[in-house]
Amino acid sequence: MTINGPADIEASVRRRPTVALFVTCLVDLFRPTVGFAAIKLLEDAGCAVVVPANQTCCGQPAYNSGDREDTRAIARSVIETFEGYDYIVAPSGSCGSTLKKHYPELFADEPEWYERATRFSAKVFELVSFLADVMGVESVEAQLSATVTYHDSCSGLRELGIREQPRRLLRSVAGLTLAELPEADVCCGFGGTFCVKYPDVSNAIVGKKAKNVATTGADMLLAGDLGCLMNMDGKLKRENVAVEVRHVAEVLAGMTDKPPIGGKL
Amino acid sequence: MQITSQTFKANTVKALADVDLQRALKHVEKGFIGKRQKAADALPEFEALRDSAMAIKQHTLKHLDLYIEAYVAKVEASGGKVHFAEDADHARRIFLDIARRRKAKTVTKGKTMISEEIGLNAFLEENGITPVETDLGEYIIQLRGEHPSHIIAPAVHINRDQVEADFRRFHVDLDPKRDLLKPETLLSEARQILRQKYGEADIGVTGANFLIAETGTSVIVTNEGNGDLTQLLGKCHVVLASIEKIVPTLEDTAQILRVLARSATGQEMSVYTTLSTGPKRPDDQDGPEEYHVVLLDNGRSNMLGTEFEDMLRCIRCGACMNHCPVYHAVGGHSYGWVYPGPMGAVLTPSLIGVDKAGHLPNASTFCGRCEAVCPMRIPLPKMMRHWREKEFESHLQPATARAGLGLWAYFARRPKLYRAAVSFAMPALKLLAGPKRRFRKLPLAGGWTKWRDLPAPEGRTFMQAYAQSGHGHMRSGGRETAR
Repeated sequence: MTINGPADIEASVRRRPTVALFVTCLVDLFRPTVGFAAIKLLEDAGCAVVVPANQTCCGQPAYNSGDREDTRAIARSVIETFEGYDYIVAPSGSCGSTLKKHYPELFADEPEWYERATRFSAKVFELVSFLADVMGVESVEAQLSATVTYHDSCSGLRELGIREQPRRLLRSVAGLTLAELPEADVCCGFGGTFCVKYPDVSNAIVGKKAKNVATTGADMLLAGDLGCLMNMDGKLKRENVAVEVRHVAEVLAGMTDKPPIGGKL
Repeated sequence: MQITSQTFKANTVKALADVDLQRALKHVEKGFIGKRQKAADALPEFEALRDSAMAIKQHTLKHLDLYIEAYVAKVEASGGKVHFAEDADHARRIFLDIARRRKAKTVTKGKTMISEEIGLNAFLEENGITPVETDLGEYIIQLRGEHPSHIIAPAVHINRDQVEADFRRFHVDLDPKRDLLKPETLLSEARQILRQKYGEADIGVTGANFLIAETGTSVIVTNEGNGDLTQLLGKCHVVLASIEKIVPTLEDTAQILRVLARSATGQEMSVYTTLSTGPKRPDDQDGPEEYHVVLLDNGRSNMLGTEFEDMLRCIRCGACMNHCPVYHAVGGHSYGWVYPGPMGAVLTPSLIGVDKAGHLPNASTFCGRCEAVCPMRIPLPKMMRHWREKEFESHLQPATARAGLGLWAYFARRPKLYRAAVSFAMPALKLLAGPKRRFRKLPLAGGWTKWRDLPAPEGRTFMQAYAQSGHGHMRSGGRETAR
């Protein structure tokens, strides 16, 4: 293919954009399957995927603990590492939102970095909304004979507007039935360090969530954020509720052969 | 009022174990949310009205000095008097001066959170003056010796059967065999008792939802009509209000009213919206002989021009707490001072100091539901984060949390070191968990495992697995697949 000018480059990027995967620390540490599922989904959608080695975490734990200096240092490093790619995609609404919505705010008093963070943030997306909204994916090839229910993680829902995209793609999974979760838009009580700083309050919140999950009769609980998933799974297991918990990307990528989060009951 | 925000954690443990409270809190969750949503859905311009209401408040706060001056001039032109109160103590002294001059023995009160903020009831009792709360919820908690647990539904933490028991305990002159099963009978019993008080009162105290600069008018919004009787039948009307209640014009008031009740209770308008301008004029049929406004600052002017200025847009609708999962779990008293929920988590540190209220901005999951429903679009999570930053800067957080965070940040800022550490730790954790793939207990993870299991990692980290999977770190190609 010969590239004749900017218009052609743009067209080529649209056809086959290079996506840098921001793995997120929890997926990296606890659930690599989600990372591989993300790569498969992105590649199936026609993206070239790269995984820059120089990544740890988005900085949210520091940011939400009031430690602005460490957050800024982490943000600078993430921006430097990822800003050269067409898109930056994270399999998490919460980390995606930190990169997309909060990085520019961090540099409100540093014009040069503010500019850079703003340009960077325009290219950042959460995985499922990227597939649906940017790549125009309307269906996936996966198959799963199960009734699943879906929890809307807070940052994805309220900061990034992710609601219909995962449901639409899930409905295209052969054999899958989607049972709506009552109060799906209510927080699961994770809240990052909140869940260990205020374990009793967090428990009350996730306890309600577990009850709601149980009422759906679903075999499987899905969401787009591993923090919420680990929290909900931990509570379901402790309450002996036999519901498998997985990241939505695992189901969309047809990668449900691995044991679920926290194993089986 | 004694501040117990420092013991927030202990307060929540008590609240979570309180069966009656937990029963009552279910109503908050079930009641308010659906009603607000219905009201918002029924009004196509609701979102635009939120923008407009927010703009009015933003404009007012930018020129607050100007509008306060204009307001004071109008109140005085209508024969009323405005008293500036720098803090709670100052406000109480102003009130006592008025009460002493009027030789007041009884004070009827409409619902006012500023009265709570300055601790008026206890102060009046110390000075031999009897305060009588006339809002049903306030009346109930006054009988019980409690404080409001919600800014618009002060007794929301109490169940009907508890109210019945209280009424039987305090209304001893009434027939003990009377039927009090229906909530309406409780209401009419309270009404019957309170009706006599209005006329006897020497002073009627109300709060204000708005103070209108254009006309010098104070506005109250109620559902019971008790506020109207309080301010009309008392011989002297004292309005307790804080400086951010000022709005420029009547038109602005009307605009904000359209989002207030909808956000609060899901009503289009509350049952009564009452405007008071000055004392009784010579030709008026009724009204108070004197009209005073105690305009309270109490730390608010220090918020102007700071990252907390947006908080002064708050119109006290309560939507943030009605939608807050933490409030739903632990109720308003856990927050330990006058203002609970997300708005309290931001306002309380501003008013009493972050050293006393440090837990409140931390006790949030940042789920963002409060900001999503706030009619004034106050970025509540963002401001809670600002408080956390202030705490971090002044080393107010617990040493262990700070040390843990410091250690984590040290690694997070050094990818190579981080990689080496986690590449060892994660496979080890997987082994430790064994075939169950989760932990019931794990050293240093007690906060997590107290109530829930901890899922074990899958084994190798993603970065390890990816490097070994043949994808290669900077591979730029992918499988050719049709879209």
